[in-house]
Amino acid sequence: MLSVRALEVLYGRAQVLFGVGFDVPGGQVTALMGRNGAGKSTTLKALMGLVPPASGEIRLDGRRVDGWPPYRIARAGLGYVAEDRRIFPDMTVAENLEVGRRAPADGRAPWTVAEVERLFPNLADLRDRRAGQTSGGEQQMLAVARTLMGNPRLLLLDEPSEGLAPVIVQQMAAAVRALKAGGVTVLLSEQNLRFAGSVADRAVVLEKGAVRFDGAMAALADDPALRHTYLAL
Amino acid sequence: MDFVAVQFLTGLASACALFLVACGLSIIFGVTRIVNFAHGSFFMVGAYGAYSLSGALMPLLGGLGFWLALPLAALGVGLLGALVEVAVLRRLYRSHELFQLLATFGLVLVIKDAALITWGPQDLLGPRAPGAAGAVTVLGEQIPEYDLVLIALGPLVLAGLWLLFHRTRWGVLVRAATQDREMVGALGVDQKKLFTGVVFLGSALAGLGGAVQIPREAANLNMDLNIIAEVFAVTVVGGMGSIAGPFLAALLVAQLNAFGILILPEISIVLLFLVMAVVLVLRPQGLLGRKELAGSATHGAPESPLRPEGWTLGLIGLAVLLALAALPLVAGGYQLSVASEILIFALFAASLQFIMGVGGMISFGHAAYLGLGAYAVALSVTHWHAPMTGALALAPVAGALGALVFGWFCVRLSGVYLAMLTLAFAQIAWAVAFQWVGLTGGDNGLLGIWPAAWASAPAAFYWLTLGLVAAAVLLLRRIVFAPFGYGLRASRDSTLRAEAVGIHTRRQRWYGFTLAGAFAGLAGGLYAFAKGSVFPEVLSIPMSLDALVMVLLGGVQTLAGPLVGAAVFDGLQTWLMSETDYWRAIVGAGVVALCVAFPRGLVGNLRALQESRRDTPAVSEEGASG
Ligand SMILES: Nc1ncnc2c1ncn2[C@@H]1O[C@H](COP(=O)(O)OP(=O)(O)OP(=O)(O)O)[C@@H](O)[C@H]1O
Ligand SMILES: [Mg+2]
Repeated sequence: MLSVRALEVLYGRAQVLFGVGFDVPGGQVTALMGRNGAGKSTTLKALMGLVPPASGEIRLDGRRVDGWPPYRIARAGLGYVAEDRRIFPDMTVAENLEVGRRAPADGRAPWTVAEVERLFPNLADLRDRRAGQTSGGEQQMLAVARTLMGNPRLLLLDEPSEGLAPVIVQQMAAAVRALKAGGVTVLLSEQNLRFAGSVADRAVVLEKGAVRFDGAMAALADDPALRHTYLAL
Repeated sequence: MDFVAVQFLTGLASACALFLVACGLSIIFGVTRIVNFAHGSFFMVGAYGAYSLSGALMPLLGGLGFWLALPLAALGVGLLGALVEVAVLRRLYRSHELFQLLATFGLVLVIKDAALITWGPQDLLGPRAPGAAGAVTVLGEQIPEYDLVLIALGPLVLAGLWLLFHRTRWGVLVRAATQDREMVGALGVDQKKLFTGVVFLGSALAGLGGAVQIPREAANLNMDLNIIAEVFAVTVVGGMGSIAGPFLAALLVAQLNAFGILILPEISIVLLFLVMAVVLVLRPQGLLGRKELAGSATHGAPESPLRPEGWTLGLIGLAVLLALAALPLVAGGYQLSVASEILIFALFAASLQFIMGVGGMISFGHAAYLGLGAYAVALSVTHWHAPMTGALALAPVAGALGALVFGWFCVRLSGVYLAMLTLAFAQIAWAVAFQWVGLTGGDNGLLGIWPAAWASAPAAFYWLTLGLVAAAVLLLRRIVFAPFGYGLRASRDSTLRAEAVGIHTRRQRWYGFTLAGAFAGLAGGLYAFAKGSVFPEVLSIPMSLDALVMVLLGGVQTLAGPLVGAAVFDGLQTWLMSETDYWRAIVGAGVVALCVAFPRGLVGNLRALQESRRDTPAVSEEGASG
């Protein structure tokens, strides 16, 4: 569904990604793994058009989308949840969801507020709360729910389990599995092998801005040497 | 008692226009992060537009024509704003704020000359409002009915805006963009359309503010900068990005004006100062502003550090100085007076460059200190018959004192807030010089300020100017590389780190600001003697703009820059003035074009060019568009 080839990204004069390439097959959950600073967030931002790739190709369903502004990429079917969540703190939870709302491009049934609240029951009681006054876990759920309101076909999740209490992590994992079951393709970045292992079908491991492993999640989980070299576990 | 109530109602009515304009400015800033200096121009065009439209519609439709003219004028100004967004602002969203401010500053000049061409120089008083032309008796006093209309309009607009921003999807998107516009784009919202819409709305509010004024105040060419000074004060007090903040602050400021005028016309300005002082000390982000918006300047790429010149450059400087000193041997009287003026502007620009480049403070009102110096000379010569040397010695003192007082407020702020406040102060100083006819002669200026006999020959005055300017510029350089200058730069680069090594950054910036005021004052004193007269223009916004352009032409971070910039700009301007009456518009359009074409500044673009030559593969440094 998504294919990335020879992606290079520079921040100013510092190069961060060196020819990253991988595929995200439709209907599966792919985990982008790697240590701090490996370039996971940068890859996701480049896919979303938030940082411009210096070179390389990004294709969504065969169509090149690199160089597009983020709103066009979003309309083409990508949804993005930022590492730092980036909810709108001064607006209510309901208003945050409203900003994300957009009709699906194809004829699918759209996500509704009721449905995202079914996925994340905690949000139901918070509709009129200012988003900035909710807990970290609630903000993470809100960030995912807000993006779902745009009916993405491919969801990019940047470290969805980071800094969350174990119960909430389990809820997130359940939500990801439910999304997959509902036909949404997911690409998530993760350092936490336990979380990734519990939801992902495939893994792509980044180190220093380059792909070091690309294969089944089970293969990575079963290979202690690989894990040790690239994930410091 | 009744009288107080009447005055209170008058204040409420005056608050209406102020609120409409300030709230438009605040809305535009909230989303685009651009402080639109041309916002006062939109107000002015709204007034002129309503004048013309009501003149055209009332013969056809009678009283209805007037009431239709007001929203139509607002609509027209909104479209003008949208046009400006598409043509200019849109290209500046990623630029350094200095260029954003400067470009809208250039627009002020263009729109002013366009208004001059369209409506002529005379004041145009609109018709009385049909159906609200009379007066009603409130508590035994007469109140114009139209004032009551205005009193109702403010809260109505406020309520309408609240509904718009909380009950419509568009409004919710705008509020979201105020908080994180990039994320709004990632959620699939086309920011371009959103931004154009927001600028349309904000401009239309300014236009409405101008339109509703026409029965109360004649449309005139000074409206733009007069209102913008007050509007800046209102938004600084109320808080940028908020809507209710400007409403509160407009009420406060208008009431101060209404009651201050009873005591002493000048006192209302002092009262405004006091309110600003209290607010800035207690809540630097304004009454209802948010902290992050008041935050620091968006700094561009780190500049290469200033280095003291080596001895080769010193030698070149000496050679230039000698060549300049020899100029009277070859040049005639007229050329010498032009040369003197260029030298004076070089000092003026150098003093501005000192606070901008070294101090990191963007001043859009530096002419205030030039003007204070000039008026100190003019007043002491005309009123007290002071000798030239004494008057000239007073000039830097006057500039420094003004900068000491204004600077106390200004150094508490940074970035766009600082720029707004410096402009507001300069405009207040201009208003005093313009209105206090008894002392300053108002628009007629102060005449007959000639140098003493020994300095009256063009060559003698040129040498005097050269000597003083050279000494002052050398002194400025000494200061830049003295511990004080290093401290100032440390305060500019990192407040936290400077505080950590024991530098009191705010005081450092305050002293720097004052010092720059002293040098500008000296330039002003020389300017008064060079021209033989002083007019309020010396304090005016275009004069501040001139200095900014000179500094930018020469480069903010090069010490020789202001000198080169002054020579180029003053030469160019002298030539333009001889060619056309509308040279201000041409200068303004040139400034806008420069800012759009070189969004990172001339120097930044040159540097980028050099770097891309050095290593070709380095491609895009810019963020994604969108
Ligand atoms: N805006 C930026 N400007 C300059 N360098 C950046 C910027 N953002 C990230 N970097 C650098 O790029 C590299 C990759 O960062 P990135 O955030 O993509 O890593 P990551 O794999 O997501 O790490 P983490 O697990 O910490 O989130 C790091 O060395 C980081 O310091
Ligand atoms: Mg990251």
